[in-house]
Amino acid sequence: MTHHELLRTPLYDCHVEEHGRIVPFAGFEMPVQYVGVMEEHRAIRTAVGLFDVSHMGEIDVTGRRALEFIQHVTCNDASKLTPGRAQYSGLMTRRGTFVDDLLVHKIGDHHYFLVVNAANKDKDYAYLLAQTEQFDNVDVVDRSADYAQIAVQGPKAEAVLQRLTGTPLAEIKYYRFVEGKVDDEPAIIARTGYTGEDGFEVYLDPVAAPGLWRKLLEVGKPEGIMPCGLGCRDTLRFEACMPLYGNDIDDTTTPFEAGLGWIVKLDKGGFLGRDVLARQQAEGWKRKLMGFAMTGRGIARHGYPIWHGGKQVGLVTSGSHAPTLNRALGMGYVPVELAAVGTQIEIEIRGQMVAAEIVDTPFYRRAK
Amino acid sequence: MTQPADRMYSRTHEWALLAGDVVTVGITQFAQEQLGDVVFVELPAVGAAVAPGKAAGNIESVKAVSEVFSPVAGEVIEVNTALEGHPELINKEPFGEGWLMRVRVVAGAAAGLMDAAAYETFLAEEGH
Repeated sequence: MTHHELLRTPLYDCHVEEHGRIVPFAGFEMPVQYVGVMEEHRAIRTAVGLFDVSHMGEIDVTGRRALEFIQHVTCNDASKLTPGRAQYSGLMTRRGTFVDDLLVHKIGDHHYFLVVNAANKDKDYAYLLAQTEQFDNVDVVDRSADYAQIAVQGPKAEAVLQRLTGTPLAEIKYYRFVEGKVDDEPAIIARTGYTGEDGFEVYLDPVAAPGLWRKLLEVGKPEGIMPCGLGCRDTLRFEACMPLYGNDIDDTTTPFEAGLGWIVKLDKGGFLGRDVLARQQAEGWKRKLMGFAMTGRGIARHGYPIWHGGKQVGLVTSGSHAPTLNRALGMGYVPVELAAVGTQIEIEIRGQMVAAEIVDTPFYRRAK
Repeated sequence: MTQPADRMYSRTHEWALLAGDVVTVGITQFAQEQLGDVVFVELPAVGAAVAPGKAAGNIESVKAVSEVFSPVAGEVIEVNTALEGHPELINKEPFGEGWLMRVRVVAGAAAGLMDAAAYETFLAEEGH
């Protein structure tokens, strides 16, 4: 742990007002919950809730060779983007593993807007800067302090947010964004999220953020809007099997191993780690991120050993009680030959072996 | 926050309600608030020996696991089996239906525990 002073997002006072329980997270003082993880989780699945995700990092990549640069450092194919579209991707090491996972937004032909994990922002920024040395005419700028980010998530998110913007939200499809106004303030409105529900992520001037936050809580009252903390953000993304960097993916795991082969575009040309990923594509990979359900009594947690046939075969990367599904579930890496649905495994919970079974992922998928 | 005055309290936020040589054990309102939504409870077997400072079981909230301690030494004679299907009782009624276990103790087992007023002061001093 470092001993730097913790940062506060522009919404810190709002969290205190709403009696959020504040904990240190990725160098920030963030609300882990307000009324409770279960209730907030339910609000997002059934109605609407708000997250302060201003701690996330925003990085601008601009210049004539911006696309070429993005193509070099990420594994997905950014040439497929048109202005107003976003893409989930991986920032890659030369070993084909994750420096981070991120969203790449194409603002214009020579302007990309990257959104990265808070805990990785400084590392990502330094990594990107180092990579610019081979590229003239590319500028990488850390814009994190210039943006607050509010995630409005849940089936009623569109209805609630629409009350504060003239931008027709129904026209914004999944993974697209527009630059418009929300509550009379300039904002990027993206139909993205990390909950497995419909919703929007709104990027705006930090000074304007508390006003928007309070307005959203006001206009969303008929739908039962709730401020939501990082606790339910984790259980929501976990049910949807969206990986969490540092738990389910890191700089030792490749996208293929993580079940994210769909973001690897080997035919787009050269990029960092491509040779390793091409070899995995051709020869296969040894381990795989799978999902499991506890069949015995207990809850698997990050770091618990996974056993099969009397041998330890892997580690749990994420585990929790899943509030929507009301059962104990987990994810972890096991050898590919053991990753088939239906395979019986055991999770070592505080020295006891507890039965579990590999199940289909994602655990939760919203009805279309 | 008011603590029931009929019982004693530990520094690890358990309560002990004494009736003869049987002590009912649970966690306090403060403890359940800190834990958040309880989803799973692991209690000792009936007949097991428990003692202060020695983990007697575990309470899992959605996000994390916490050890449970017995504030008194003795033998477990009953555990709250209702918690198996309804772990949320700990959140709803920590001082009532959400009790954890009953322990048969020897005389003087409650020594070192705080009464309600002392526990209240302890919470305040801890900054709660």
